Amino acid sequence: MANPLEQFRIKPIVELPIGSVDASFTNSSLFMLLAVVLIALFLTLSMRGRALVPGRWQSMAELAYEFVANMVRENVGSEGRRYFPFIFSLFMFILFGNLLGLVPFGFTFTSHIIVTFGLAITVFTGVTLVALVRHGFKFFTYFFPSGAPVAMAPLLVPIEILSYCSRPVTLAIRLFANMMAGHTMLKIFAGFTVGLGAITYGIGGIGPVAVNVALTAFEFLVAVLQAYVFTVLTCLYLHDAIHLH
Amino acid sequence: MPQLDPSWFPPQLIWLAISFALLYLLMTRLALPRIGEVLETRQRRIDDNLDRAAEIKQEADRAIAAYEKALAEARAEAHAIMREAGARLAAEAQRRQAELSARLASEAKEAEARVGDAKAAALGEIRGVAAEVARAAAVRLAGIEPDAQTLVRAVEAVMKGRA
Repeated sequence: MANPLEQFRIKPIVELPIGSVDASFTNSSLFMLLAVVLIALFLTLSMRGRALVPGRWQSMAELAYEFVANMVRENVGSEGRRYFPFIFSLFMFILFGNLLGLVPFGFTFTSHIIVTFGLAITVFTGVTLVALVRHGFKFFTYFFPSGAPVAMAPLLVPIEILSYCSRPVTLAIRLFANMMAGHTMLKIFAGFTVGLGAITYGIGGIGPVAVNVALTAFEFLVAVLQAYVFTVLTCLYLHDAIHLH
Repeated sequence: MPQLDPSWFPPQLIWLAISFALLYLLMTRLALPRIGEVLETRQRRIDDNLDRAAEIKQEADRAIAAYEKALAEARAEAHAIMREAGARLAAEAQRRQAELSARLASEAKEAEARVGDAKAAALGEIRGVAAEVARAAAVRLAGIEPDAQTLVRAVEAVMKGRA
Protein backbone atom coordinates (compact mmCIF):
# COMPACT_ATOMS: atom_id res chain seq x y z
CA MET A 1 0.00 0.00 0.00
CA ALA A 2 1.42 3.38 -1.03
CA ASN A 3 2.06 5.95 1.66
CA PRO A 4 -1.04 8.21 1.82
CA LEU A 5 1.24 11.21 2.24
CA GLU A 6 3.12 10.38 -0.96
CA GLN A 7 0.65 12.55 -2.93
CA PHE A 8 1.94 15.68 -1.20
CA ARG A 9 5.53 15.14 -2.29
CA ILE A 10 7.06 17.99 -4.26
CA LYS A 11 8.66 16.80 -7.49
CA PRO A 12 10.96 19.24 -9.25
CA ILE A 13 10.34 19.54 -12.95
CA VAL A 14 13.05 22.09 -13.76
CA GLU A 15 15.87 22.71 -11.31
CA LEU A 16 16.30 26.47 -11.15
CA PRO A 17 18.78 27.78 -8.61
CA ILE A 18 18.93 31.56 -8.52
CA GLY A 19 22.09 32.40 -6.62
CA SER A 20 21.82 30.51 -3.38
CA VAL A 21 18.01 30.41 -3.56
CA ASP A 22 16.23 27.40 -5.00
CA ALA A 23 13.48 28.56 -7.37
CA SER A 24 12.87 25.19 -9.01
CA PHE A 25 9.78 24.77 -11.10
CA THR A 26 7.95 21.89 -9.41
CA ASN A 27 4.65 20.05 -9.70
CA SER A 28 3.30 22.57 -7.17
CA SER A 29 4.39 25.49 -9.38
CA LEU A 30 2.89 23.75 -12.39
CA PHE A 31 -0.53 23.51 -10.75
CA MET A 32 -0.40 27.09 -9.52
CA LEU A 33 0.24 28.30 -13.07
CA LEU A 34 -2.37 25.85 -14.37
CA ALA A 35 -4.91 27.34 -11.96
CA VAL A 36 -4.04 30.87 -13.14
CA VAL A 37 -4.33 29.88 -16.81
CA LEU A 38 -7.63 28.05 -16.24
CA ILE A 39 -9.12 30.96 -14.29
CA ALA A 40 -8.08 33.43 -16.97
CA LEU A 41 -9.40 31.20 -19.77
CA PHE A 42 -12.65 30.55 -17.92
CA LEU A 43 -13.33 34.23 -17.28
CA THR A 44 -12.26 35.54 -20.70
CA LEU A 45 -13.61 32.83 -22.99
CA SER A 46 -16.96 32.76 -21.23
CA MET A 47 -17.33 36.53 -21.55
CA ARG A 48 -16.24 36.60 -25.19
CA GLY A 49 -19.80 37.07 -26.41
CA ARG A 50 -20.59 39.86 -23.92
CA ALA A 51 -24.17 38.73 -24.31
CA LEU A 52 -26.93 40.76 -22.76
CA VAL A 53 -28.67 37.51 -21.92
CA PRO A 54 -25.85 35.25 -20.72
CA GLY A 55 -25.32 31.66 -21.78
CA ARG A 56 -24.20 28.88 -19.45
CA TRP A 57 -20.52 29.75 -19.25
CA GLN A 58 -21.11 33.47 -19.07
CA SER A 59 -23.62 32.86 -16.28
CA MET A 60 -21.00 30.98 -14.29
CA ALA A 61 -18.43 33.74 -14.74
CA GLU A 62 -20.96 36.39 -13.74
CA LEU A 63 -22.06 34.25 -10.82
CA ALA A 64 -18.49 34.07 -9.53
CA TYR A 65 -18.07 37.83 -9.97
CA GLU A 66 -21.30 38.72 -8.24
CA PHE A 67 -20.76 36.17 -5.49
CA VAL A 68 -17.46 37.78 -4.50
CA ALA A 69 -18.78 41.30 -5.14
CA ASN A 70 -21.70 40.68 -2.79
CA MET A 71 -19.40 39.14 -0.21
CA VAL A 72 -17.18 42.24 -0.29
CA ARG A 73 -20.17 44.61 -0.22
CA GLU A 74 -21.83 42.85 2.71
CA ASN A 75 -18.73 42.23 4.81
CA VAL A 76 -16.55 45.23 4.04
CA GLY A 77 -18.97 47.87 2.84
CA SER A 78 -18.69 50.33 0.00
CA GLU A 79 -15.03 51.13 0.85
CA GLY A 80 -14.26 47.50 -0.03
CA ARG A 81 -14.71 48.09 -3.77
CA ARG A 82 -11.04 49.05 -4.14
CA TYR A 83 -9.94 45.69 -2.75
CA PHE A 84 -12.42 43.65 -4.79
CA PRO A 85 -9.89 42.58 -7.49
CA PHE A 86 -7.52 41.23 -4.84
CA ILE A 87 -10.27 39.37 -2.97
CA PHE A 88 -11.66 38.00 -6.22
CA SER A 89 -8.22 36.76 -7.28
CA LEU A 90 -7.73 35.19 -3.85
CA PHE A 91 -11.06 33.39 -3.98
CA MET A 92 -10.56 32.07 -7.50
CA PHE A 93 -6.97 31.01 -6.81
CA ILE A 94 -7.88 29.00 -3.73
CA LEU A 95 -11.05 27.61 -5.32
CA PHE A 96 -9.23 26.42 -8.45
CA GLY A 97 -6.33 25.11 -6.36
CA ASN A 98 -8.72 23.06 -4.25
CA LEU A 99 -10.70 21.79 -7.24
CA LEU A 100 -7.62 20.93 -9.32
CA GLY A 101 -6.50 18.76 -6.43
CA LEU A 102 -9.60 16.64 -6.91
CA VAL A 103 -8.69 15.83 -10.50
CA PRO A 104 -7.05 12.38 -10.55
CA PHE A 105 -3.24 12.60 -10.58
CA GLY A 106 -3.60 16.28 -9.78
CA PHE A 107 -1.59 18.10 -7.16
CA THR A 108 -3.21 20.16 -4.43
CA PHE A 109 -1.01 23.19 -3.78
CA THR A 110 -3.44 24.37 -1.09
CA SER A 111 -2.54 21.30 0.96
CA HIS A 112 0.90 22.79 1.55
CA ILE A 113 1.19 24.85 4.71
CA ILE A 114 3.80 27.14 3.18
CA VAL A 115 1.45 28.06 0.31
CA THR A 116 -1.55 28.73 2.53
CA PHE A 117 0.69 30.59 4.95
CA GLY A 118 2.08 32.65 2.10
CA LEU A 119 -1.44 33.65 1.13
CA ALA A 120 -2.47 34.26 4.75
CA ILE A 121 0.57 36.40 5.54
CA THR A 122 -0.06 38.44 2.38
CA VAL A 123 -3.63 39.07 3.55
CA PHE A 124 -2.44 39.87 7.08
CA THR A 125 0.25 42.27 5.93
CA GLY A 126 -2.06 43.94 3.43
CA VAL A 127 -4.85 44.37 5.95
CA THR A 128 -2.51 45.75 8.59
CA LEU A 129 -1.05 48.21 6.06
CA VAL A 130 -4.54 49.33 5.05
CA ALA A 131 -5.40 49.93 8.71
CA LEU A 132 -2.15 51.85 9.37
CA VAL A 133 -2.52 54.01 6.28
CA ARG A 134 -6.16 54.79 7.04
CA HIS A 135 -5.93 55.39 10.77
CA GLY A 136 -2.26 56.04 11.53
CA PHE A 137 -1.52 55.63 15.23
CA LYS A 138 -5.22 55.46 16.02
CA PHE A 139 -4.97 51.91 14.66
CA PHE A 140 -3.39 50.79 17.93
CA THR A 141 -6.61 51.64 19.82
CA TYR A 142 -7.88 48.54 18.05
CA PHE A 143 -6.09 46.47 20.68
CA PHE A 144 -8.05 48.07 23.50
CA PRO A 145 -11.82 47.68 23.09
CA SER A 146 -13.48 51.02 23.73
CA GLY A 147 -15.65 51.08 26.85
CA ALA A 148 -13.60 48.51 28.74
CA PRO A 149 -12.30 49.63 32.15
CA VAL A 150 -8.73 50.95 31.96
CA ALA A 151 -7.70 48.61 34.78
CA MET A 152 -8.29 45.71 32.42
CA ALA A 153 -5.75 47.02 29.91
CA PRO A 154 -2.79 44.87 31.06
CA LEU A 155 -4.93 41.81 30.46
CA LEU A 156 -6.93 42.89 27.41
CA VAL A 157 -4.18 44.39 25.29
CA PRO A 158 -1.95 41.27 25.19
CA ILE A 159 -4.97 39.09 24.45
CA GLU A 160 -6.07 41.35 21.61
CA ILE A 161 -2.56 41.51 20.17
CA LEU A 162 -2.20 37.75 20.41
CA SER A 163 -5.55 37.15 18.75
CA TYR A 164 -4.67 39.65 16.02
CA CYS A 165 -1.32 38.03 15.34
CA SER A 166 -2.76 34.53 15.33
CA ARG A 167 -5.00 35.45 12.39
CA PRO A 168 -2.55 34.46 9.62
CA VAL A 169 -1.71 31.24 11.45
CA THR A 170 -5.33 30.13 11.87
CA LEU A 171 -6.16 31.25 8.35
CA ALA A 172 -3.26 29.20 6.93
CA ILE A 173 -3.77 26.13 9.09
CA ARG A 174 -7.54 25.94 8.51
CA LEU A 175 -7.16 25.69 4.74
CA PHE A 176 -4.05 23.50 4.80
CA ALA A 177 -5.46 21.05 7.39
CA ASN A 178 -8.80 20.73 5.62
CA MET A 179 -7.23 20.00 2.27
CA MET A 180 -4.59 17.66 3.61
CA ALA A 181 -6.98 15.69 5.81
CA GLY A 182 -9.47 15.22 2.99
CA HIS A 183 -6.88 14.06 0.49
CA THR A 184 -5.21 11.74 3.01
CA MET A 185 -8.58 10.14 3.79
CA LEU A 186 -9.26 9.61 0.09
CA LYS A 187 -5.88 7.94 -0.33
CA ILE A 188 -6.30 5.75 2.76
CA PHE A 189 -9.65 4.42 1.58
CA ALA A 190 -8.22 3.93 -1.90
CA GLY A 191 -5.48 1.85 -0.21
CA PHE A 192 -8.13 -0.18 1.65
CA THR A 193 -9.89 -0.86 -1.63
CA VAL A 194 -6.76 -2.38 -3.12
CA GLY A 195 -5.75 -4.20 0.05
CA LEU A 196 -9.13 -5.71 0.90
CA GLY A 197 -9.96 -6.40 -2.74
CA ALA A 198 -6.74 -8.34 -3.23
CA ILE A 199 -7.51 -10.82 -0.44
CA THR A 200 -11.30 -11.21 -1.05
CA TYR A 201 -11.41 -11.53 -4.85
CA GLY A 202 -12.54 -7.92 -5.17
CA ILE A 203 -15.66 -8.15 -2.98
CA GLY A 204 -14.07 -6.48 0.02
CA GLY A 205 -13.21 -3.49 -2.13
CA ILE A 206 -16.82 -2.45 -2.60
CA GLY A 207 -17.17 -0.89 0.86
CA PRO A 208 -14.13 1.40 0.69
CA VAL A 209 -15.00 2.44 -2.87
CA ALA A 210 -18.48 3.48 -1.67
CA VAL A 211 -16.88 5.45 1.15
CA ASN A 212 -14.52 7.08 -1.35
CA VAL A 213 -17.41 8.11 -3.59
CA ALA A 214 -19.10 9.80 -0.63
CA LEU A 215 -15.80 11.35 0.45
CA THR A 216 -15.15 12.71 -3.03
CA ALA A 217 -18.52 14.46 -3.02
CA PHE A 218 -17.74 15.77 0.45
CA GLU A 219 -14.32 16.99 -0.73
CA PHE A 220 -15.96 19.03 -3.48
CA LEU A 221 -18.06 20.69 -0.79
CA VAL A 222 -14.96 21.29 1.35
CA ALA A 223 -13.04 22.68 -1.64
CA VAL A 224 -15.67 25.35 -2.28
CA LEU A 225 -16.41 25.96 1.39
CA GLN A 226 -12.79 26.48 2.40
CA ALA A 227 -12.21 28.90 -0.47
CA TYR A 228 -15.29 30.78 0.75
CA VAL A 229 -14.18 30.71 4.41
CA PHE A 230 -10.71 32.00 3.56
CA THR A 231 -12.17 34.82 1.48
CA VAL A 232 -14.90 35.76 3.92
CA LEU A 233 -12.42 35.96 6.79
CA THR A 234 -10.20 38.16 4.63
CA CYS A 235 -13.24 40.40 4.11
CA LEU A 236 -13.92 40.55 7.85
CA TYR A 237 -10.30 41.44 8.61
CA LEU A 238 -10.47 44.12 5.96
CA HIS A 239 -13.66 45.44 7.53
CA ASP A 240 -11.90 45.65 10.90
CA ALA A 241 -8.98 47.46 9.27
CA ILE A 242 -11.27 50.02 7.62
CA HIS A 243 -13.73 50.58 10.47
CA LEU A 244 -11.66 49.62 13.57
CA HIS A 245 -14.48 47.62 15.21
CA MET B 1 4.99 14.88 6.04
CA PRO B 2 6.41 16.41 2.81
CA GLN B 3 4.74 19.72 3.64
CA LEU B 4 7.11 20.32 6.52
CA ASP B 5 10.31 19.94 4.52
CA PRO B 6 11.78 23.48 4.62
CA SER B 7 13.95 22.89 1.57
CA TRP B 8 10.84 23.21 -0.59
CA PHE B 9 9.64 26.43 1.03
CA PRO B 10 11.56 28.93 -1.15
CA PRO B 11 10.53 27.53 -4.56
CA GLN B 12 6.90 27.27 -3.48
CA LEU B 13 6.83 30.80 -2.13
CA ILE B 14 8.54 32.17 -5.23
CA TRP B 15 6.15 30.44 -7.58
CA LEU B 16 3.20 31.37 -5.41
CA ALA B 17 4.23 35.01 -5.68
CA ILE B 18 4.71 34.73 -9.45
CA SER B 19 1.40 32.92 -10.04
CA PHE B 20 -0.64 35.11 -7.75
CA ALA B 21 0.84 38.33 -9.17
CA LEU B 22 0.12 37.05 -12.67
CA LEU B 23 -3.44 36.13 -11.68
CA TYR B 24 -3.99 39.54 -10.06
CA LEU B 25 -2.73 41.29 -13.21
CA LEU B 26 -4.92 39.15 -15.48
CA MET B 27 -7.94 39.79 -13.28
CA THR B 28 -7.53 43.56 -12.97
CA ARG B 29 -6.50 44.16 -16.59
CA LEU B 30 -8.53 41.60 -18.46
CA ALA B 31 -11.26 39.62 -16.79
CA LEU B 32 -12.88 41.87 -14.20
CA PRO B 33 -13.33 45.02 -16.32
CA ARG B 34 -14.99 42.93 -19.00
CA ILE B 35 -17.43 41.23 -16.62
CA GLY B 36 -18.09 44.50 -14.82
CA GLU B 37 -18.78 46.23 -18.11
CA VAL B 38 -21.23 43.53 -19.21
CA LEU B 39 -23.05 43.61 -15.88
CA GLU B 40 -23.19 47.40 -15.94
CA THR B 41 -24.51 47.47 -19.49
CA ARG B 42 -27.19 45.00 -18.53
CA GLN B 43 -28.13 46.99 -15.43
CA ARG B 44 -28.30 50.18 -17.48
CA ARG B 45 -30.42 48.45 -20.08
CA ILE B 46 -32.79 47.16 -17.40
CA ASP B 47 -33.01 50.58 -15.77
CA ASP B 48 -33.66 52.20 -19.15
CA ASN B 49 -36.39 49.72 -19.91
CA LEU B 50 -37.95 50.26 -16.50
CA ASP B 51 -37.86 54.01 -17.03
CA ARG B 52 -39.45 53.64 -20.43
CA ALA B 53 -42.09 51.34 -19.01
CA ALA B 54 -42.90 53.90 -16.31
CA GLU B 55 -43.10 56.64 -18.96
CA ILE B 56 -45.43 54.57 -21.13
CA LYS B 57 -47.57 53.74 -18.13
CA GLN B 58 -47.84 57.44 -17.34
CA GLU B 59 -48.85 58.12 -20.90
CA ALA B 60 -51.46 55.38 -20.69
CA ASP B 61 -52.76 56.88 -17.45
CA ARG B 62 -53.01 60.26 -19.11
CA ALA B 63 -54.87 58.72 -22.06
CA ILE B 64 -57.26 56.97 -19.70
CA ALA B 65 -57.89 60.20 -17.82
CA ALA B 66 -58.56 62.05 -21.08
CA TYR B 67 -60.92 59.31 -22.21
CA GLU B 68 -62.79 59.37 -18.91
CA LYS B 69 -63.09 63.13 -19.12
CA ALA B 70 -64.37 63.00 -22.70
CA LEU B 71 -66.84 60.31 -21.72
CA ALA B 72 -68.14 62.36 -18.79
CA GLU B 73 -68.45 65.44 -20.98
CA ALA B 74 -70.31 63.54 -23.67
CA ARG B 75 -72.63 62.09 -21.07
CA ALA B 76 -73.32 65.52 -19.59
CA GLU B 77 -73.94 66.95 -23.05
CA ALA B 78 -76.33 64.14 -23.88
CA HIS B 79 -78.19 64.78 -20.66
CA ALA B 80 -78.45 68.49 -21.44
CA ILE B 81 -79.71 67.80 -24.95
CA MET B 82 -82.27 65.36 -23.63
CA ARG B 83 -83.43 67.78 -20.97
CA GLU B 84 -83.73 70.61 -23.48
CA ALA B 85 -85.64 68.47 -25.96
CA GLY B 86 -87.99 67.33 -23.23
CA ALA B 87 -88.65 70.90 -22.17
CA ARG B 88 -89.23 72.03 -25.76
CA LEU B 89 -91.63 69.19 -26.46
CA ALA B 90 -93.53 69.86 -23.24
CA ALA B 91 -93.84 73.59 -24.08
CA GLU B 92 -94.98 72.77 -27.60
CA ALA B 93 -97.60 70.33 -26.32
CA GLN B 94 -98.83 72.87 -23.81
CA ARG B 95 -99.06 75.56 -26.45
CA ARG B 96 -100.97 73.33 -28.81
CA GLN B 97 -103.31 72.24 -26.09
CA ALA B 98 -104.00 75.87 -25.12
CA GLU B 99 -104.61 76.79 -28.75
CA LEU B 100 -106.94 73.84 -29.20
CA SER B 101 -108.93 74.57 -26.08
CA ALA B 102 -109.23 78.26 -27.06
CA ARG B 103 -110.49 77.29 -30.49
CA LEU B 104 -112.93 74.84 -29.04
CA ALA B 105 -114.16 77.43 -26.58
CA SER B 106 -114.72 80.05 -29.31
CA GLU B 107 -116.46 77.54 -31.54
CA ALA B 108 -118.73 76.54 -28.69
CA LYS B 109 -119.56 80.20 -28.02
CA GLU B 110 -120.31 80.79 -31.68
CA ALA B 111 -122.54 77.77 -31.81
CA GLU B 112 -124.35 78.92 -28.69
CA ALA B 113 -124.93 82.35 -30.24
CA ARG B 114 -126.26 80.72 -33.38
CA VAL B 115 -128.61 78.56 -31.32
CA GLY B 116 -129.80 81.68 -29.38
CA ASP B 117 -130.45 83.57 -32.64
CA ALA B 118 -132.38 80.66 -34.08
CA LYS B 119 -134.35 80.37 -30.89
CA ALA B 120 -135.23 84.09 -30.89
CA ALA B 121 -136.21 83.94 -34.56
CA ALA B 122 -138.33 80.91 -33.92
CA LEU B 123 -139.99 82.60 -30.97
CA GLY B 124 -140.72 85.74 -33.05
CA GLU B 125 -142.26 83.66 -35.79
CA ILE B 126 -144.35 81.80 -33.23
CA ARG B 127 -145.80 85.10 -32.05
CA GLY B 128 -146.90 86.04 -35.55
CA VAL B 129 -148.39 82.63 -36.21
CA ALA B 130 -150.14 82.66 -32.80
CA ALA B 131 -151.61 86.15 -33.47
CA GLU B 132 -152.82 85.07 -36.87
CA VAL B 133 -154.30 81.89 -35.40
CA ALA B 134 -155.94 83.96 -32.63
CA ARG B 135 -157.40 86.47 -35.16
CA ALA B 136 -158.73 83.70 -37.34
CA ALA B 137 -160.20 82.00 -34.27
CA ALA B 138 -161.78 85.27 -33.13
CA VAL B 139 -163.26 85.97 -36.60
CA ARG B 140 -164.74 82.50 -36.91
CA LEU B 141 -165.94 82.02 -33.34
CA ALA B 142 -166.82 85.51 -32.16
CA GLY B 143 -167.17 87.24 -35.51
CA ILE B 144 -165.16 90.12 -34.35
CA GLU B 145 -162.15 91.52 -36.00
CA PRO B 146 -159.55 92.29 -33.27
CA ASP B 147 -156.89 94.77 -34.22
CA ALA B 148 -153.26 93.79 -34.41
CA GLN B 149 -152.36 95.56 -31.17
CA THR B 150 -154.84 93.60 -29.08
CA LEU B 151 -153.73 90.34 -30.67
CA VAL B 152 -150.10 90.89 -29.87
CA ARG B 153 -150.89 91.81 -26.29
CA ALA B 154 -153.06 88.73 -25.86
CA VAL B 155 -150.33 86.43 -27.26
CA GLU B 156 -147.73 88.06 -25.07
CA ALA B 157 -149.90 87.56 -21.99
CA VAL B 158 -150.45 83.91 -22.78
CA MET B 159 -146.82 83.27 -23.45
CA LYS B 160 -145.82 84.99 -20.27
CA GLY B 161 -148.27 82.85 -18.34
CA ARG B 162 -146.83 79.71 -19.97
CA ALA B 163 -143.33 80.60 -19.52
